[in-house]
Amino acid sequence: MSDGLPACPIPISDSPRVLMAHGGGGRFMRTLIRDLFAAAFDNPLLAAAHDGAVFPSPSARLAYTTDASVVRPLFFPGGDIGRLAVFGTVNDLAMCGARPIHLSASFILEEGLEMETLWRVVHSMADAAREAGVSIVTGDTKVVERGNADGVYISTSGIGAIEHDLAIEPASVRPGDAILLSGDVGRHGIAILAARADLMLETAIESDCAPLHRAVAALVESGVDVRCLRDLTRGGLASAVLEVAETAGLDATIDERAIPVIEPVRSACELLGFDALHVANEGRFAAWVSSADADRALEVLRAQPGCVDAVRIGTVGDTGRGTVVLRSAIGTSRILDMLSGEQLPRIC
Amino acid sequence: MRFIDEYRDPVAAREIARQLGVAATRQWTLMEVCGGQTHAIVRFGIDELLPPSIRLLHGPGCPVCVTPLELIDRALAIAAQTGVIFASFGDMLRVPGSTGDLLGARAAGADVRIVLSPLDAVAIARANPQTHVVFFGVGFETTAPATALALAQADQEGLENFSMLVSHVLVPPALETILASPDNQVQGFLAAGHVCTVMGTSEYEPIARKHRVPIVVTGFEPLDILQGVLMAVTQLEEGRAEVENQYARAVRPDGNTHARRLIEEVFEVVPRKWRGIGTIPASGFGLRGRFRRFDAEERFGVSAIETKEPEECISGLVLQGIKRPNECPAFGTRCTPERPLGATMVSSEGACAAYHRYRRPIAAEAR
Repeated sequence: MSDGLPACPIPISDSPRVLMAHGGGGRFMRTLIRDLFAAAFDNPLLAAAHDGAVFPSPSARLAYTTDASVVRPLFFPGGDIGRLAVFGTVNDLAMCGARPIHLSASFILEEGLEMETLWRVVHSMADAAREAGVSIVTGDTKVVERGNADGVYISTSGIGAIEHDLAIEPASVRPGDAILLSGDVGRHGIAILAARADLMLETAIESDCAPLHRAVAALVESGVDVRCLRDLTRGGLASAVLEVAETAGLDATIDERAIPVIEPVRSACELLGFDALHVANEGRFAAWVSSADADRALEVLRAQPGCVDAVRIGTVGDTGRGTVVLRSAIGTSRILDMLSGEQLPRIC
Repeated sequence: MRFIDEYRDPVAAREIARQLGVAATRQWTLMEVCGGQTHAIVRFGIDELLPPSIRLLHGPGCPVCVTPLELIDRALAIAAQTGVIFASFGDMLRVPGSTGDLLGARAAGADVRIVLSPLDAVAIARANPQTHVVFFGVGFETTAPATALALAQADQEGLENFSMLVSHVLVPPALETILASPDNQVQGFLAAGHVCTVMGTSEYEPIARKHRVPIVVTGFEPLDILQGVLMAVTQLEEGRAEVENQYARAVRPDGNTHARRLIEEVFEVVPRKWRGIGTIPASGFGLRGRFRRFDAEERFGVSAIETKEPEECISGLVLQGIKRPNECPAFGTRCTPERPLGATMVSSEGACAAYHRYRRPIAAEAR
């Protein structure tokens, strides 16, 4: 974020914009890596300036994941591509029940990208990494010709330590398990849509973009029998619940009325013909826990920042069809389906 | 949320359903005309609340669904030309023509853009004087005023690089066609509230009188639809066949007079081909007088493109309420939202897509 942003370490007089040479392996690239990336991500493993980071294994079981960020616009209310890139991988590790430790970051830069913009993104990533307690320990940079990318794409991978004995995965879900949701849904998707000028959607909605691993750690440490976790990203709550039901080969019943959606998100969805359950999130997750632990889990979650609205939204069933039934606002039921294709505003 | 939650109140919904159970003494078949209503019925499971004696058939009121296949092919032919920006509402981009859809054309290099208003397409034309901008003007009477406004604006500004592929259709002739069919089962209509917001209610009076059918102009929220059904059933039970207005909070008897004047200035009533149904006389809008110079079909010489529908698709029968989506052998197997045979499986307002999205297992059991 631009507040309190230190001056870009690569003076405008030197390189106001990213050049092909910044990915060319020579002096320009070295300057970029040393003065911009290494200066921002500053940590001993990166300072070793080796081809990769070497470190002892923090636990017997590890989680390893990767994520790519291509968001447009690069900066939007409540976040930016840098925060998404860090928290996306942090959250995927968290959903494996892992404590995120180290991240890698690869940048694909478009020739002509303003150096100041890159600096803002990189600085925001460094802030996000500090906030999440992870280090960015290795990386790569490539530059492509102008027109062949959209400013900057970032790919991050991460390693996390699993420091408990639970098997947190769809296969652990059992009939009768409670399905919990960590807060209201749909903010990120609507914030991004609103930030795209062509929609002229005037709202003050901010992305929910946030790290989730502390809430997960609190759940695990409290002794709650956590069966499965899923962060709600593209495809929204619907995709998360359906994917787990399909993988586990179990059904679920969800109470639509229990799902919190803030008023501006509901309005935007009504206007555009979207279902809030299909809209993207970047700081929400669903948790499958044993039914006996559901109330305690909610208590633990609600004490965590960003999770005060945590709520039980449904129950895992066992009719063997792998479908998810939604109890609607007027008390009838329908099946919940994944979004087909792109989410497009409808005609009338 | 104001003006939404009141109309989704479960207690009130059950009360109307209870009243319906009392009012309906025999079997009645109604059709909701608009795809928006079909979507709401299936999404909220409104038909679950109805007594078993009342059957809802889904009508032809999905603009994407009734746009003929050859028009999609003409759109694809225009979009593929260099120096063209093809602008459309999002729904149209996924409708398959005989060789692909507009999203596929975009992936293959065509400049296809989603706009939320026809006026956005005019703005694109203004900003790109070296490029020709074509807008795909589809929809019922509801979207016609915005299309007309865009054309009036382009006309006033003397824009030479703007044209339109027009496929506007009208509700009343479709109702006449359904009622005239020997297979017709419809005894009463829930007319499309938003169409009547523009056009008013008077053009339905002769249809109600001639065919002895109640027509209730109905809104789109669960309570609107339930109340519309109750009003239609009450008429049927009492032997009345009148035009009534359930959606009075939005629909005036004269409609939107300003919008109607604009439509009349820009469009004239013409025969239109409806996908799956065929040509219906006097069932659409075409460009009038000086606005004909904005006709994209003429400009790009694509009006000769004719296309045959896939034989397996029964969307014409679905659109007329003669078959339900789950009665189609291809439903959910050879025809899915990802690989649709017909447009009723594409648009979120299409009956086949609504069934597929909200009640696949139930539909499969019924088969």
